[in-house]
Order: sequence, then structure tokens, then C-alpha cells
Amino acid sequence: MTPNTQETWIILGATSSMARAFARSVAQDGAAVLLAGRDMEDMQVFALDLALRGAILAEAHAIDMRDNTGFAPLIERAQQEEGQISVAVFTGSMPPQSEIDDNPELIHGVIRDSFTGPAEFLQMIAPEMETRGGGQVVGVGSVAGDRGRIGNYVYGAAKAGFHTYLSGFRNRLNRSGAHVLTVKPGFVDTAMTWTVDGMFLVASPENVARDIRKALRKKRNVIYTPFFWWGIMSIIRSIPEFIFKKLSV
Amino acid sequence: MTWKTDTHTGWGRVHSTTGELARPERQSALLRLTETITAPAIGMRRSYGDAPLNSDGRAIDMTRLDRIISFDPEAGLLEAEAGVQIGVLADVLAPQGWLPAVMPGTGFATLGGCIANDVHGKNHHIDGSFGDHVESITILLAGGQRKILTPGRNKDLFRATIGGLGQTGVILSAKLRLKPCVGDVIMVTEQRAADFDAFISLLDNSRATYSVGWIDATAQGNALGRGILEEAETGAGLVPAPKRAKSVPFNAPGWALASPIVKLFNALYYRRVPKTGRTLVKPIGDFFFPLDAIHNWNRLYGKLGFHQFQCVLPVDRKDDLREVLDLIARSGLASPLAVLKRMGPDVGDQPAGMMSFPQEGYTLAVDFRNRPGAEILIHRLEEMTADAGGRVYLAKDSLARETRIKSMYPEHATWCDIVNKADPEGDLKTDLIRRLDLRTAQ
Ligand SMILES: Cc1cc2nc3c(=O)[nH]c(=O)nc-3n(C[C@H](O)[C@H](O)[C@H](O)COP(=O)(O)OP(=O)(O)OC[C@H]3O[C@@H](n4cnc5c(N)ncnc54)[C@H](O)[C@@H]3O)c2cc1C
Repeated sequence: MTPNTQETWIILGATSSMARAFARSVAQDGAAVLLAGRDMEDMQVFALDLALRGAILAEAHAIDMRDNTGFAPLIERAQQEEGQISVAVFTGSMPPQSEIDDNPELIHGVIRDSFTGPAEFLQMIAPEMETRGGGQVVGVGSVAGDRGRIGNYVYGAAKAGFHTYLSGFRNRLNRSGAHVLTVKPGFVDTAMTWTVDGMFLVASPENVARDIRKALRKKRNVIYTPFFWWGIMSIIRSIPEFIFKKLSV
Repeated sequence: MTWKTDTHTGWGRVHSTTGELARPERQSALLRLTETITAPAIGMRRSYGDAPLNSDGRAIDMTRLDRIISFDPEAGLLEAEAGVQIGVLADVLAPQGWLPAVMPGTGFATLGGCIANDVHGKNHHIDGSFGDHVESITILLAGGQRKILTPGRNKDLFRATIGGLGQTGVILSAKLRLKPCVGDVIMVTEQRAADFDAFISLLDNSRATYSVGWIDATAQGNALGRGILEEAETGAGLVPAPKRAKSVPFNAPGWALASPIVKLFNALYYRRVPKTGRTLVKPIGDFFFPLDAIHNWNRLYGKLGFHQFQCVLPVDRKDDLREVLDLIARSGLASPLAVLKRMGPDVGDQPAGMMSFPQEGYTLAVDFRNRPGAEILIHRLEEMTADAGGRVYLAKDSLARETRIKSMYPEHATWCDIVNKADPEGDLKTDLIRRLDLRTAQ
């Protein structure tokens, strides 16, 4: 980004703590920020916070990944801004696997929040990004998407789908000069993981945001954050299925 | 998915406690959980002792509710959620010509924690304490009712909340009157004080907006009370960006801060400043929050942790202060972290809070490794403080005894009345409150 072009960041799932840390980081560099999520009251407070930290514009927009009626108005709003349009996806939901076991219908919501909702949004905004010939996309997936584990394989499957989607989407946008970054966080200290047992090497949302910004500068395609999760996941992926199926990792 | 069992400590790490913590990230989540449960709020747990602990009970960690809600750059007024850290506010505001009017020695302290302990900073002699600059407080009372407190509308509850150790309810947000600053750098003048008398006279004669003394708590005899006075004013200009903080990755071994090492360190630290003094220009954070450059520095004290003792003695009790210092120096238990500061008179017609620590005089803060002898020494220091008409700072304390503390705080009985009415079930009590039986009037 050259100093005099504006960058407008659409932040999907703006009330999550990772999204907050990321939004603050781009606000400090003077970006315009369009927050999108369900808790309007919360996002309105946050928009002011971002403006005071340096965002040239910060607004809250109601959007629900399970209902695409909010998608088009948000995209139209972004179109009114000059310069680059960029999107960061932080949406996702992870009900405990046991609840899903009791109520299989919950699967649809998980897939919608973590994969198909944001994918639909990205499909819709892609032509505009192509026309403008630039911009960035951050798609937050998860190490859980690298292999289905007994504890959260529905969430993992949704994230795996999202990873695959992003890989193809990267190829598409690359042709017009936009960059797509897939982020696979390990354990991050958020409301989602607050009461989850057995967490280790937990990263703060601020560290994850710093890693994402760095990866964007270097035009990385896929990152693990913190970086050592690449090693951990390489090992986990290499365990043969006939052994893996007996493990409870 | 809200409460998790967690084992944690205060900053001194002497006592650890297991209890249930919730850490809401949105106001709506906080309101939902306080509909049914009343529990004390905690911040960054930068209090040294047991103020932010609730053994076998519950506490609400406020650190994720950390947004700036409004800022009026003309009037210098700011409203923010209680979990915002003071250092973050300083970073955001200084380039715009403002600072939080009072900042404690760590930028990690939250707005809520600064109110609940009515903290003081390096400008107490001019600007008073944190509570002197609070315009209003939005609080969640026991039972879940939200209320706005101001000195005009409900003075008693307002003054019971400032320095009120979280006993009136959960502070949601507060509006602050800021202090203008020239820019985001600071000019610091350092000079040596050769002994106690020299130090006191430097402190008494200082005209600087910000001043703080480092004292060599190991020096004895003629050198007793020697140290370095730092005086500072904000300024504009360019200085190298602050370095990213380093971290102490694990507990240091027990001997790391043994007496001979501390003595040697202190002697070198003292000589670092030339006899004739010197002036330096730094980023503001380096002056206000010098220890924040090293995360988890409390681990340097090893796994047993450490105590901090902080007292304030009236201006006319210098001889008692000298005796306090002498006892500390002879004990051989002090660490390099020792601070001496002048506190000014109340800036209003009364202290900001009923349980506020600051009073006019000299305040001394010294860290002690948690070793045999430290407790006895601290108890003796507490006695000497009481006899000299001084006070012990509860934000730092984990050892003090009930009756003495209550008599140090003249408005304690009134405060008790108010908090017991606000929280009749005692659901907001913390370990500190129980240890000192602070909710019972003497
Ligand atoms: C290196 C260092 C330097 C320091 N220097 C100074 C100094 O110069 N001057 C000074 O005065 N203090 C100083 N302190 C002490 C520190 O400023 C106070 O202990 C402060 O209260 C810590 O804030 P916290 O957010 O960590 O609060 P915590 O320690 O987590 O909590 C402190 C108290 O506040 C209550 N509380 C916290 N948040 C809320 C809320 N939202 N609503 C209601 N109650 C709440 C808690 O119940 C508890 O009683 C220093 C501490 C350190 C570690």
C-alpha cells in the first residue's frame, strides 16, 4: 500500500478477540475499518475505540453469517470508499463436540459460521476486488482443520473446507493482483477457549495479530501462528490413520 | 462456558489461590453473568498481595473489556471501559497532547484497578491521586443494577468506590479528566543524593512535575538513605522508538537476589549517575513504567516470590523514616527495588476516597525476597508506621494485621457502613478483605 492510497478493511466476526487485536493493528496505521458482526452495541463501542487509535473511519455493520441479507449492503458500503478493499474473516463457532453428538443439526450452523458463510461473502465481493486490482484477504482457519480429531471434528471439517476454499480463491484473486493469506492459529487465548481443558502453548490475540500483519507484508500464503504449530501439525498429519484412529489427541 | 477453575497469584507470587474466573469480552456477556452471580472484579493482578484474589470463590477478570468509549480532545476528557491499561491510554493520548492525570509505576494496571486502589504516581505532590481526576464511574452494584456515580449525585458511594478495593461493585467504565502534556517524550534529570538528609532536602525542594527517588536500601552508616532523584517534564521531539519488551522465561534460582549481589548491584547503579547529575531524553514509557520493559520480572525472585512493603509517613516524622530505613538496611533482605517519594497534601478538600492510601508525607516502597525474617521485619515496619501516624498501602500488602490497619484509615468505619449496605451478603469480599476483616468496623 502506498502512503496515499486508502485501505478499507472489512472485518467479519468483529467481536472476537482476535479480530479486535487485528482491527486495532490496522487502525493504528490509519486504515478505514468496517466492523461486521451480530452484537451491534459492542461493535459501536469498538468503532469509537478504533477511531481514537487512528482509523480514518470506523463503522459497525450488522451481519450474520447464517443469513446473507446483510452481505450486499456491506459490500455496497465498502464500494463507496476509494483505494483498496480488504477483508479479514474471523468468524467461526465451535460448540462442544458432545453437544453436536446429541443434536446433529448443529452441524449446519458450524459450517455456515466457519466456512460457507464467509465463502459466500468472499464470492460476492471478489468481482469488486478484481476490478480494483488489489487488496488483501485474511482467512482465519485453524490447526483443527489439518486433521479430524475426536474432540472437534465437525469444527475441524468446516475449517478444512475453508482452507481448501481459500487455496482456490487465492489462485483466482492472484490473477488480478490481490493477495489471500490463510492463517492457522493453534491455541489462542479467547472466549472460545477460555474453559477448554488441556490447552498448552497458548498465544495471545495480540501476538496472532502481529503474526498476521507480518505475513501480509511478506505476502505469505499460509501461516501457522505461533509458528511452531507448523511442526506440531506436521507430526500430527504424518501419523498413519490406523494409529491415529486409536489416539485421543 | 463462562467459569473456569484457575490457580493464580498476585504480583508478589507469595500466595497462590484457586478459584473460578470468568473473563467476559463484551458488556452483554458481563451483564448476563452478573444477573445471577455477584463476584468481585479483578484487573491485571498487579497488586502484590491478596487484593485481587478470592480463594475458593469467584472473580470477574475485566481485562478484555478494554475499550476507549469517548475522548474530547478540547476538554481533555476521556471515558473508557474498566479493563483498559493505563499504559495503553498513555500511548494513545500522548501524541494528542494528553496523559492520564495519574499513572502508577506500571502501565499494565487497569483503569478499574487504579480506581479501586486509588493509585498515586510520580506527580502526587502536585496532582494528588487517581481518584482526584475521576469525573464519574459507571458501576454494577451487587444484584446487577447499573449506576452512575459522581461526587455531585452520590458522593458517599463515589468516595467509597475510589480506593474501595472492589467492595462496592464491578466498575464498568469511568470518565477521567486528563492532564495536558507537551508531547510523547520526557526529559529526565537525575542527581545523586549522598545520604538520607540530602535525599529529603532534594525531595522537599523539587519543583518538577514528576519526581521519584530510587533509594539504595542496602546502604548503611554514612551512606544510609543514599539514592538518585529523578525529576522529569514531558517534551516534544523525536527519540528512538521504545524497544520491544523482553520476558523472564522462568523462575530465577534462589541466590539470584542474595544480599551481596544486591549490594554490589546497588553500588553500581548509584554510580551510574555522574556526581554532577545528568539529563536524558526518553520515550515517556521508559520513565513512567521502567519495569514494564521486562515482562514477568517478578520471576527473578524465584518460585517463593516476594513481598513489597509500602508505607507513607507524615512530613514531620523524618526521624521515624530514617529508623525504618536503617532497620531495612541492617536486615540484609532488601532487593534493588526501593523507591522514595514525596506525597503532597490533598488536592481537594478531602482525600479522593475514604480508603485512599495517599496522605501528605514521604512514601517508601521496598521489595523483599520471601525469606525467613522477611515477615518479622515487615511486621515490625508496620508497627513503626502505625506509631508514626503513617499508613500501609493495601495494594502491596499480604501480611499486615487487622487492628493496626483499621486505625490507619480514619474513614474506615464510614466506608464499612456504605459497602455493607451496597453488598449486604458480602459477595464482593476478597482474600485481603477477609484477612484484615475489613468489612467490620473497629
Ligand atoms: C511494577 C509495579 C509498580 C507499581 N507502582 C505503583 C505506583 O507507583 N503507585 C501505586 O499507587 N501503585 C503502584 N502499583 C500497584 C498497582 O498500580 C495497583 O495494585 C493497581 O491497583 C493494579 O491494577 P490492576 O488492574 O492490576 O488491579 P488488580 O491488582 O487486579 O486489582 C486491584 C484491586 O482492584 C479491584 N478491581 C480491579 N478492577 C476492578 C473493577 N473493574 N471494578 C471494581 N474493582 C476492581 C480488585 O478487586 C482489587 O481489590 C505498582 C504495581 C507494580 C507491579
